[in-house]
Amino acid sequence: MPEHSIKDRVAIAGIGETAYYKRGQAPVSEFQLACEAILKAAADAGIKVTDIDGFASYSNDRNDAARLATALGLPHYAWASMVWGGGGGGGSGAVAQAAAAVAAGYAKYVVVFRALAQGQFGRFGQAAPVETVSGPNAYAWPYGLFVPAQWVALRVRRFMHEHRMTQDALAAVVLADYHHAQQNPRAVMYGRPLTREQYDSSRWIVEPFHLYDCCMENDGAAALILTSAERARDLRQKPVYVMAAAQGAPHRAAAAAENSPNFASSHFTTLAPRLYEMAEIGPQDIDVVQMYEHFSGAVPISLVEHGFCEPDGVMELCQLENFVAPHGKLPLNTSGGNIAECYMHGLELVNEAVRQCRGTSTAQVPDANIALVASGPMVSPVSDLILHR
Amino acid sequence: MSERSPYYLPEGLPAPRAQRDGMDAGFWDALRRHELVVQRCASCGTFQFGPEWICHKCHGGELRWHRVSGRGRLYSWVRSWNPVHPALKQAGPFIIAVVELPEAGNVRMVGNLLGDPMQNAPFDAEVEAVFEDHPAATLVQWKLVS
Repeated sequence: MPEHSIKDRVAIAGIGETAYYKRGQAPVSEFQLACEAILKAAADAGIKVTDIDGFASYSNDRNDAARLATALGLPHYAWASMVWGGGGGGGSGAVAQAAAAVAAGYAKYVVVFRALAQGQFGRFGQAAPVETVSGPNAYAWPYGLFVPAQWVALRVRRFMHEHRMTQDALAAVVLADYHHAQQNPRAVMYGRPLTREQYDSSRWIVEPFHLYDCCMENDGAAALILTSAERARDLRQKPVYVMAAAQGAPHRAAAAAENSPNFASSHFTTLAPRLYEMAEIGPQDIDVVQMYEHFSGAVPISLVEHGFCEPDGVMELCQLENFVAPHGKLPLNTSGGNIAECYMHGLELVNEAVRQCRGTSTAQVPDANIALVASGPMVSPVSDLILHR
Repeated sequence: MSERSPYYLPEGLPAPRAQRDGMDAGFWDALRRHELVVQRCASCGTFQFGPEWICHKCHGGELRWHRVSGRGRLYSWVRSWNPVHPALKQAGPFIIAVVELPEAGNVRMVGNLLGDPMQNAPFDAEVEAVFEDHPAATLVQWKLVS
């Protein structure tokens, strides 16, 4: 084990989320959503919300720690941190920061949260109306390259070219998400099953992404409480231990104008080996995977980079039957994920990994012991988490 | 019938401007002259794009603009359909290309692939730069070398 590993020193003691809404349908403000998710996570853990003494988030969450601590009437707080970078790349990274804060003794109960009301603020899939542009975006925007769907598609298309991946692999991810969402009453797409025919006939957003290959736009919030393994054992829920966590990105991953040297990559190549080393396990030991899908086509590449198959083996692995709980070879996104549960910037994936380890998922993998979460492919930093019961 | 637009995409997209700190002014100035340039380290010869104040290889601070021929390789491309900007609402599909420049250390540039938006251009095909003059700046576009 690495000398300073946090393995098994910290546990997730509570999880919570608001109702998940379609964009623009939340009846309350984004800040209220954040408070509600945090209150629910504290209640789930069986602690008072005033026991929380730390905050960690990512993607420049608008609901900052100072305002939350004030609004929630905390007697004090001892930790506040934010993972740099946009997108969902910081989801597992925020959990890693919270775990580090607890393990180092900076704080006792750190809440990781993400609140997002795309109906109240800007949409990620639409460009801001500006007349001029400078800096890295000036090499992209004048050519109509504005949004993540487009630059993720550029990478996925290159991977498809190099490794003979076809649309079938993308469809398998989407159909697995929708399949699992039909069992999950929290899911925005609960009661809205999707067939391959509907998938194939849906409009293009940017090739190879149909409408259904893209994450939803939602309003809501999710939160989880981390504390020491010792404290967690005395709380209400069965602890789910942080087995390993990692964040970062490979060489020059954020180079402007699509100059990331390893272009057809999800950016996990340098993280996954560290993650498995810390956990002292390999990909064959993972029981269930929660893998961030802003766009379906990134998932096969992320699976490759976490050692679940070789690049030329994606078509063999990426089949619906392999991805579906309870008996698939590699159950994937068992809550419905960003595509069919809720686009809570991937924090819903962490909560689902906790549910799998507790044995309380709506698409439970029998005897699930070890769950992997991969956050935010193709941005910088990205992050990873392995949990176990 | 109106005259055919000289631009690949509709007007109204954000116009590029050099950064205030001047770092990439040489790039935009060169495009205005219909020259394509890439940043190159005076110390170790490394090419880099997008530009930066420091060489990522040797950390030297003297970076010069190196002119290239404009020949490249079509590294990846996508056909984009969703109108992600108000100016694109009536546009229909268009192609975004990522082009590698083998004569400049395989740095990449983004542009549009000129021609039929429904074409299926082969990956790694040879392309060449085409300069598209707008009132405020010049863009670099790409076309297949036939």
